[in-house]
Amino acid sequence: MLGRLSTDALPFYSWVALSGAVITVVTFIAVIGLITRFGKWGYLWREWLTSLDHKRIGIMYVLLALVMLLRGFVDAAMMRAQQAVAHNSDGYLPPEHFDQIFSSHGTIMVFFMAMPFLTGLINIIMPQQIGARDVAFPFLNSASLGLTAAGAGLVLISLVIGRFSTAGWTGYPPYSGVTTNPGVGVDYWIWAIQLSGIGTTLSGINFIVTILKRRAPGMTLLRMPLFCWTTLASSTLMIFAFPALTVATALLALDRVFGMHFFTNADGGNLMNYINLFWIWGHPEVYILILPAFGIYSQVVANFSAKSLFGYKSLVFATMAIALLSFTVWLHHFFTMGASANVNAFFGIATMVIAVPTGVKVFDWLLTMFRGRITFHPAMLWTLGFIVTFVIGGMTGVLLALPPADYLMHNSTFLVAHFHNMLIPGALFGYLAGYMYWFPKAFGFTLDQRWGKRAFWCWIIGFYLAFMPLYALGFMGMARRMEHYEIAAWQPFLVTAALGATVIAIGLACLAIQLLVSIRNRANNRDLTGDPWDGRTLEWLTTSPPAPYNFALIPHVHHFDAFHEMKLRGVAYTRPTRYEDILLPRNTGAGVVLGGFAFIFGFAVVWHIWWAAIAALVGILVTVIARSFCDRIEFLVPASEIEEIENRRFLNLSKGNAL
Amino acid sequence: MRLATGAASLLPEPEAYEQRALGFWLYLMSDAIIFALLFATYLVMVDNTAGGPGGQSLFHLAHTFGETLLLLTSSLTFGLASLALDAGSRSKVIAWLAVTFLFGLGFLAMELFEFRDMLAVGAGPQRSGFLSAFFTLVGTHGLHVSAGLLFILVMICQVAVKGLAAPVASRLLRLGFFWHFLDIVWIGIFSVVYLPALL
Repeated sequence: MLGRLSTDALPFYSWVALSGAVITVVTFIAVIGLITRFGKWGYLWREWLTSLDHKRIGIMYVLLALVMLLRGFVDAAMMRAQQAVAHNSDGYLPPEHFDQIFSSHGTIMVFFMAMPFLTGLINIIMPQQIGARDVAFPFLNSASLGLTAAGAGLVLISLVIGRFSTAGWTGYPPYSGVTTNPGVGVDYWIWAIQLSGIGTTLSGINFIVTILKRRAPGMTLLRMPLFCWTTLASSTLMIFAFPALTVATALLALDRVFGMHFFTNADGGNLMNYINLFWIWGHPEVYILILPAFGIYSQVVANFSAKSLFGYKSLVFATMAIALLSFTVWLHHFFTMGASANVNAFFGIATMVIAVPTGVKVFDWLLTMFRGRITFHPAMLWTLGFIVTFVIGGMTGVLLALPPADYLMHNSTFLVAHFHNMLIPGALFGYLAGYMYWFPKAFGFTLDQRWGKRAFWCWIIGFYLAFMPLYALGFMGMARRMEHYEIAAWQPFLVTAALGATVIAIGLACLAIQLLVSIRNRANNRDLTGDPWDGRTLEWLTTSPPAPYNFALIPHVHHFDAFHEMKLRGVAYTRPTRYEDILLPRNTGAGVVLGGFAFIFGFAVVWHIWWAAIAALVGILVTVIARSFCDRIEFLVPASEIEEIENRRFLNLSKGNAL
Repeated sequence: MRLATGAASLLPEPEAYEQRALGFWLYLMSDAIIFALLFATYLVMVDNTAGGPGGQSLFHLAHTFGETLLLLTSSLTFGLASLALDAGSRSKVIAWLAVTFLFGLGFLAMELFEFRDMLAVGAGPQRSGFLSAFFTLVGTHGLHVSAGLLFILVMICQVAVKGLAAPVASRLLRLGFFWHFLDIVWIGIFSVVYLPALL
C-alpha cells in the first residue's frame, strides 16, 4: 500500500539529522499556524497563490529562493564546521549524513536558490523593461512556479521522511545506481530536479515569447535593456540545455526503477554517457545562472554611474557569444575521462575562448564607471565586489582549462574554490544587487542602505576567508567532499574557511535585519515617484509597486535608455487625454493544483507508491485538459478604473516632486 | 488594490494566438533535443548487446513498414483536417480527426505488438544497454503518440462543443505541429534504428 515507506524512514540515525527534521517540521507548523492565526488564508489564495500577475509570481519565486538560500547555507556551514574539527577525528557528522549534506547543498543552491531567484527577478522586471503588461503566458508562469515549488518541497521533505541523495549534486553513476545506492535518496534528487527542470523549460519558453512578441512600439531588439538581452540568452539556454538534464536523470531513473542498463557497470551500460549528458546541460547551466546577473550588473553600473552603458552593442554581442560558446565546452568537466589529447585540447581552447567575451564585458563595465558620477548604493557595491572577485575566479578557470593542469587539480578543493568563486560573485551577488536595486519597484519602499552595505562587506570578506584557503588546500592535495582527514597541515586552512562561513552567516543576518528595519521604517522610505534612483530604463516609469497593468498607455521607445531619454525630453510623465480599457489575465488556482499533484507524483514515485503516482498523473492530465477548455481567461479593467488609479499616481508624482 | 473581481470573462486579444504558436514551436525545439539526445544515446549503445540479441534478429522490415505507413497516412489525414478547418467545415474536421486518431491508434497497437514479441523472446529493456536504449527511444516516441491521441480526443470534443472559433482553431494548429513533428521523429527512428540493422 505504501511502497517502501515505513516508520524506518524517520531520521533517527543521527541526532543532527533528527534536529534538522524537527526544525523543519516546527517551522512548517509555525508558518501554517501564523497564517491561520491571522486569518490570512483567503488573502494568500486570492491575492498571491492564484494570481497570474507576473510581479506577484516573481515575488513568490524570490521568496522561495531566499528560504532555500537559508537552508543551503545551513548545509554549507555544517560542512565547514565538520571539516574544521575532523582532523584525526570523526567530527560530529557521520559520513552517511555528511554525504547527504554536500549533495543537498549543491542541489539546493543551483536548482532551488539560484534558479528561482533569477526567474523571480526576470518575472518582476523584464516585462516592465520592454513596456509590456504581462508575460506572454501568465498561466504557464504560475504552473512553472508550482512545479519549482514542488521540487523544492521534495528536497525539504527528504530531511524529514527518508534521506537525501549521497551521490553529490551531480549524481554520477555507478554510485548513484541502484546497486550501490538502493535507498530513496537518489530518487528524491532525481524527481526534485525533474519537476523543477520542467518548470524551468516552460519559464524559458515564456520569457522568449514575451521578449520577441511583447515589446513596446519602437523597442527594437537593439534598444532592449541589457537585462532583457541576458534574459533572452539565458532563456534560450534553458530550452536548449535543460532537455539534456531531463534525459540524463530520466535514464538514471529507468536504470534504478526498471533495471535498465544505461549507466550500469555490466550488461552494456556506459556510465560516461551520463557524465556527457549531465554536463551538456551543466555547462550551459552555469551561464543560465550568470548571464541574468551580468544583465543586472549592466543596469546597476549604468544607473549608479549616471552614464549610458559603455559599449552597449559589444555587451549584447558578448552575451550572445557566451550563450553560443557555452555549448562547446562541456567536456572540460571531465578531462580526466581519458579522451584523446586532441579532444581535450579542443575543449580546453574553447573554454579559454569564453574568457574573451567575458573580458569584453568587464572592460565595458569599467569604462561605464570611468568619469561617471558614482553613487555607492549597496547594489553598486555588490557590482564592484563582483568585478574584482569574478576576475580572480576567471583566472583560476583559465588555469583549470589547461588539461594537464586539470589532471592535477581535478576534484580537489581548488575546483570547489573555483566554481564558488564564479557563482557567488557571478550569480548570487548579482541577484542580491538586483534585490536591493529593484526592491522599491516590487514593494513601494526602499531598503535600508546601511544594513545593505554591512551585508555586502560581511559577504565579501566572508567569501575570501572561506574560499581562498580552499585554493591553497587544493594545491596541498585535499580532495573535495572529505568527511575527515589525517593531514595536520590542512586544519588551519579549514578553520579559516569555517571562520569565513561565520562571517557570511553574519552577512545573512544583516540581510534579514535590513529587511525587518526597512519594513519597520517603510513610511519614511516610500517611493512615491516609482523612480528612486533616477533610473534609465522603462521599469522606473511605472509606479512602485506597479499597477496590475504596469502601463496605462504603452510607451513609445526611441533609445536604449528609453526612460532616461523620455525624462530628458520632458515627456516621461505626460498625462494622457483619455484612457482605454485593458485586458488582464484572470486568477486561477490551476497552477497550484498542478504543483500539488506534481509533488504527490514525485513523492509517490520516490517511495514506489504506484497507485498514488498514477492517481497524481491522472490529476495532472485532468487539470491540464480542464484548463484547455477555458477560452475566456481574461477580464476587462474599465478605463474609468484606470483613470482613478492613474490620478492617484499623478498625485504621488507631484508629492515626490517628479513633475 | 481590488480590481473588478466580478468582471466578465473575456477572450484574449488576437495576437495571443500567434504568441501561443511561437511558444509551441519553442517547446517542439526543446522536445526535439530530447529526441536528439536519445538518438545519440542509442547510437552510443547500439553495439552494447551484452551477448543478447541485436537489431538484426529482432526487427522485421515488413512490420516497421506497416507502422510507417500508418503514421505517415495519419499525417496526411491530419492535413485534410486542417484543410477542413480552413474551409470552416466542423463535421469534416471531426471526421478527419477521427480518422487520424484511428491511424495513430493502429500505429501504437503495432508498436505494442512489437514490444510484446520482443519481451516474449527475452529481449526486454533489462537485457542489455542496446535494448534499454531501443525501448526508451522508441517508447518515448510511442508515449508522445499516446499524448497526441489524447490531444486529438480532446480536440474532437472541443470542436463538437465549441465549434471552430479562434481559440479552438489555434489549438488545432498546435496539435498539427505536434502530430507532424512526431512523423519527422519517426522517420528518424526508421532511418537510424531499423534500417541500419536490416540492410
